[in-house]
Amino acid sequence: MTMINTKVSIAGVELKNPVMTASGTFGSGMEYSEFVDLSRLGAVVTKGVANVPWPGNPTPRVAEIRGGMMNAIGLQNPGIETFCSRDLPFLADYDTAVVVNVCGRTTEDYVEVVERLSDEKTVALLEINISCPNVKCGGISFGQNPDSVEAITREIKKHAKQPVIMKLSPNVTDIAELARAAEAGGADALSMINTLTGMKIDVNRRIFALANRTGGVSGPAIHPIAVRMVYQSAQAVKIPIIGMGGIACAEDALEFILAGATAVAVGTANFRNPKAAVDVIEGIEDYMHRQKVDDIRTLIGAVR
Amino acid sequence: MEKSMLRATILSQEEIAHQIYSMWLQTDEIARAAVPGQFVSVYCNDSGRMLPRPISICETDKERGGIRLVYRVAGKGTAEFAGYQAGDRLDLLGPLGNGFPLERCQEGRTAFLIGGGIGIPPMVELSKRLKGQVQVIAGYRDELFLTDELAANGELYLSVENGDLFKNLSAGGAVHGNVLDCIREKQLAADVIYACGPTPMLRAIKAYAQENGMECYLSLEQRMACGIGACLACVCESADVDAHSQVKNKRICKEGPVFAAEEVVL
Repeated sequence: MTMINTKVSIAGVELKNPVMTASGTFGSGMEYSEFVDLSRLGAVVTKGVANVPWPGNPTPRVAEIRGGMMNAIGLQNPGIETFCSRDLPFLADYDTAVVVNVCGRTTEDYVEVVERLSDEKTVALLEINISCPNVKCGGISFGQNPDSVEAITREIKKHAKQPVIMKLSPNVTDIAELARAAEAGGADALSMINTLTGMKIDVNRRIFALANRTGGVSGPAIHPIAVRMVYQSAQAVKIPIIGMGGIACAEDALEFILAGATAVAVGTANFRNPKAAVDVIEGIEDYMHRQKVDDIRTLIGAVR
Repeated sequence: MEKSMLRATILSQEEIAHQIYSMWLQTDEIARAAVPGQFVSVYCNDSGRMLPRPISICETDKERGGIRLVYRVAGKGTAEFAGYQAGDRLDLLGPLGNGFPLERCQEGRTAFLIGGGIGIPPMVELSKRLKGQVQVIAGYRDELFLTDELAANGELYLSVENGDLFKNLSAGGAVHGNVLDCIREKQLAADVIYACGPTPMLRAIKAYAQENGMECYLSLEQRMACGIGACLACVCESADVDAHSQVKNKRICKEGPVFAAEEVVL
């Protein structure tokens, strides 16, 4: 068997392999650590954390769709202080990169969290969630307008000690425009896609399936849309991209890499199989042996 | 890293009432470990259905290494399960959740085990494991099921809401109405309540327990995704700020599904 290199680098942070967990699907890894060796993962991306605890949305918060699901959790989180005192020390014991997903209602909220994390050595990268609803900025989310994406990226970069990944929303007309805006604001990397806004109706009871009425669609059903958006963004920017959206197996992950992603994240599939991310890593290794690929980096953006 | 998904073989499957199925599965690990009130995540073989179905454990058979799930066909996932027969296989994760506190009904104590509809199944194993005296109050709408199993380990009282079913019950002794109508009509008393069923029923039982100064444990239900406490889909409102969430809600799959009545807001 030939030696293969699965290491990739995001903004100077080396990952042992390109497979992360997608924010919101994996908590801070604590629950999943009973099923998965977290040290096998390229990175653990934590569930979004804000400056103060958020209660989230009313239930039901999830519904299944064919080939995926919808969620409207509403970014429930325990706040940055509990996160730093409980979740970060837990993650520090594993040999994996820690990416902290940061959410907020206002620019000041984001900055407060980013500053609080600046001295936390466990944190390798920050992922900024600019696709959550209910933020100020004229009622539109930060992530849907290029000017506001660039402005918030620039503001966060002023305060962040760790490299910054901007997580983009797919609910836009031209993803490349948003990718360029984040790059212009100084983003070190991009991650995409967050969930697509959808709606599901329970026809028997004639009610919305989610208490929030709308929710984010994820899972294999959205995979081709995500691959397309990663490809378009990779053509538009020079910074690395973390691709996600419906990865359920190694082939799904490899599509993102071939389309231009440097790394990938496994999300909804964790619910179908608690060790889905490790299965994807092993599947990528198998593929590399099978296809005689000695360095995964040669696959990044190889399909043009 | 000590837990994993298990592929379990179905030992038997039968429809025990309209759209209510009883399925025994071979799984030594879960049969050994399960506590009454815990549940398992059952995964569809159809990979287009991503989310596991949380189903409470009705009974365990440690000698045979089997668990019994009694479930209602409520959608496409449970319809898939109902289509399987002995020899077919399903992925399971479990046992999950906390289960009922058995130590609250030791010898010399008396308990109400109250089940409503598809909340009845977990009362079977619970009735077997409690050391104290058991009175089961089972609330049905249109059709009876699991009555033999429930009568085997305690006194069984039936409340039925369907008037025709009530008239047809030859045995007599059933009460026409809900589970609390049954308790009042039969003038039953106990030290502790264990209950599982629809939220309006649990809400009424919580109020009843409060009025009578009774200890009360309720098993709650909500749509889940991960089943293990990571995704925060299945939360319920809690009376106080929860240590894990830092807000007033608790994870039904992790801190629950069984809560002391005063812990939760229904």
